[in-house]
Amino acid sequence: MKLSRNAVGWLNVVPLLAILIPFFVVPICVILAVSFMETDGFGGIFPVFTLENYTGVFTSSLTFNLYYETFKFTFLTLIFTAVIGFWIAYFLVFHVRSKILAMGLFLVCTVPFWTSNIIRMISWIPLLGKEGLINMGLQGTGAIDQPLEFLLFSPFAVVVAYVHQLTIFMIVPVFNSLSRIDKRVVEAALDAGASRLDVMRFVILPMSKSGIALGAIFVVSIVMGDFFVVKVMSGGGTASVVGAFYEDVGVLQYPSAAASAILLTIVVMLMVAAILRVVDIRKEISL
Amino acid sequence: MTARIPGDSAKPASRVVRPRASGRPWTFYVLAGFFTLYLIALYGPMISIYILSFQDLKGGLVFPMRGFSLHWFHELFYQTRTGDFSGSFRRSIGLAVLVTVITVVFSFMAGLAFRKRFRGDTFVFYLMIGSLVAPGLVLGIGIGLAFTLLGLQASWYTSALGAQLSWTLPFGVLVMFAVMSRFNNQWEEAARDLGANASQRVRLVVLPILAPGLVAVALFGFTLSYDEFARTLQTAGPLNTLPLEIWSMTLNVTSPSLYSLGTVSTVVSFFIIGLSLGSIVLIQRHRTSSRRAALDVHIGEKQ
Repeated sequence: MKLSRNAVGWLNVVPLLAILIPFFVVPICVILAVSFMETDGFGGIFPVFTLENYTGVFTSSLTFNLYYETFKFTFLTLIFTAVIGFWIAYFLVFHVRSKILAMGLFLVCTVPFWTSNIIRMISWIPLLGKEGLINMGLQGTGAIDQPLEFLLFSPFAVVVAYVHQLTIFMIVPVFNSLSRIDKRVVEAALDAGASRLDVMRFVILPMSKSGIALGAIFVVSIVMGDFFVVKVMSGGGTASVVGAFYEDVGVLQYPSAAASAILLTIVVMLMVAAILRVVDIRKEISL
Repeated sequence: MTARIPGDSAKPASRVVRPRASGRPWTFYVLAGFFTLYLIALYGPMISIYILSFQDLKGGLVFPMRGFSLHWFHELFYQTRTGDFSGSFRRSIGLAVLVTVITVVFSFMAGLAFRKRFRGDTFVFYLMIGSLVAPGLVLGIGIGLAFTLLGLQASWYTSALGAQLSWTLPFGVLVMFAVMSRFNNQWEEAARDLGANASQRVRLVVLPILAPGLVAVALFGFTLSYDEFARTLQTAGPLNTLPLEIWSMTLNVTSPSLYSLGTVSTVVSFFIIGLSLGSIVLIQRHRTSSRRAALDVHIGEKQ
């Protein structure tokens, strides 16, 4: 029996769809439905159509502020993780000569990401805190008289925690796309008279674009969807979109929470779509 | 892929043929320093909590270290006051193993499917991307609501398993894409020309070549599940997984037992990393030795 190409393709993605439909499509549809329903304010949801939840979300100045804060963290995290992740991956691929050593160092980079995110985040407290190592050290050398307050429970601490957690999401895909570069291309460019800077600009950077884009998708979607890091590391001083959503759910305001959830989902999807427009990952892969 | 090299034919020949220095370029030292700093920033905070987890009863959350004992580890394992550590730990490992196995198998199949175009492939691809980027807590609450509507009881091995897979699977498939892009289709075509059928080609050619990549997918599946918090929060049901347990500990435990939990979970991670790295090294060694054996046979036939 000879199966057609389409049938083979679909058979191979059936298991994937068997997960995605009940655990992604259905829940999103449930939330979408709830976002158009009325509530009694005590957790009861009535299947009566209303647009009130959306007008509530769109007319609130809180929504604007929440998105501003969340975008700010997303942007800062993206910049830092991309720059750090690129150079780490570049070092491992182009400067470490032994393949086993490169793989070993690569794994050394990933080890901390195997421990709980929350533990990793908390591990900054003995360092950044008021009585933490950095403040004690700086005070010991006489560089400062008062402990630096901005180190912990501040937007600074939030960005530190995000970069600490998410740089791996840049390193892995960039490492992958850099490893795919044929070293002979670099040799050829050098032989043709290109400087090492030219090689970086015209060979390596263009060829790492798909890796950076892939990493950016992870970083953007994780930071946009996070509430825990912001909650703990900002010391409660900064809110986030998902944090506000979580509080709504906590007080059983399901329909208005659902409306803001739908808005957030659309915003994240649009951002990812924008990244996918810059780099066609599927095209990169089918090469 | 556009790799433009400025073709400057007017350049003096001496520049083209200049001897390349055999030593390391200066950028090596700069980047090695940067890499070291990165590792310090990566490990420094974690090492400080490992150290602080070995304090004695007087220990606090910051330096200086007060005493030295295993008190907080003992607390972790034998005190129910700090929560159900052992149970949540076992559940998290079990869940991570389940997620890893399913992620590797399903991602590999999807990876095979996406190598060739099929009708509707773009739709499946974007569905997957959507599942990957959807805010975790939103999806978790959606799954929780859907289970309630259907009258099902949420538990770590049903709703939480599905919730985690909705995140690890797209991840695994993308890693698979990266792995497969280095796979030369001619190898499989050669096998076809030699008369291998579809299952033989997958079993004897594709799978062995991609084995190290599959180990990488497994590594990711395990990590992402073992740490997963946002999607699990509303879907785990009555029994907590380890990250949920840690989360509730951060809210009400302010003793170094929190740090000792970090130390224990890192020991597990080191074990799993060692296992993965070891198996990759074994695969590579097996390959070189079998290649050498094949070569010996070949030479033996000639003589």
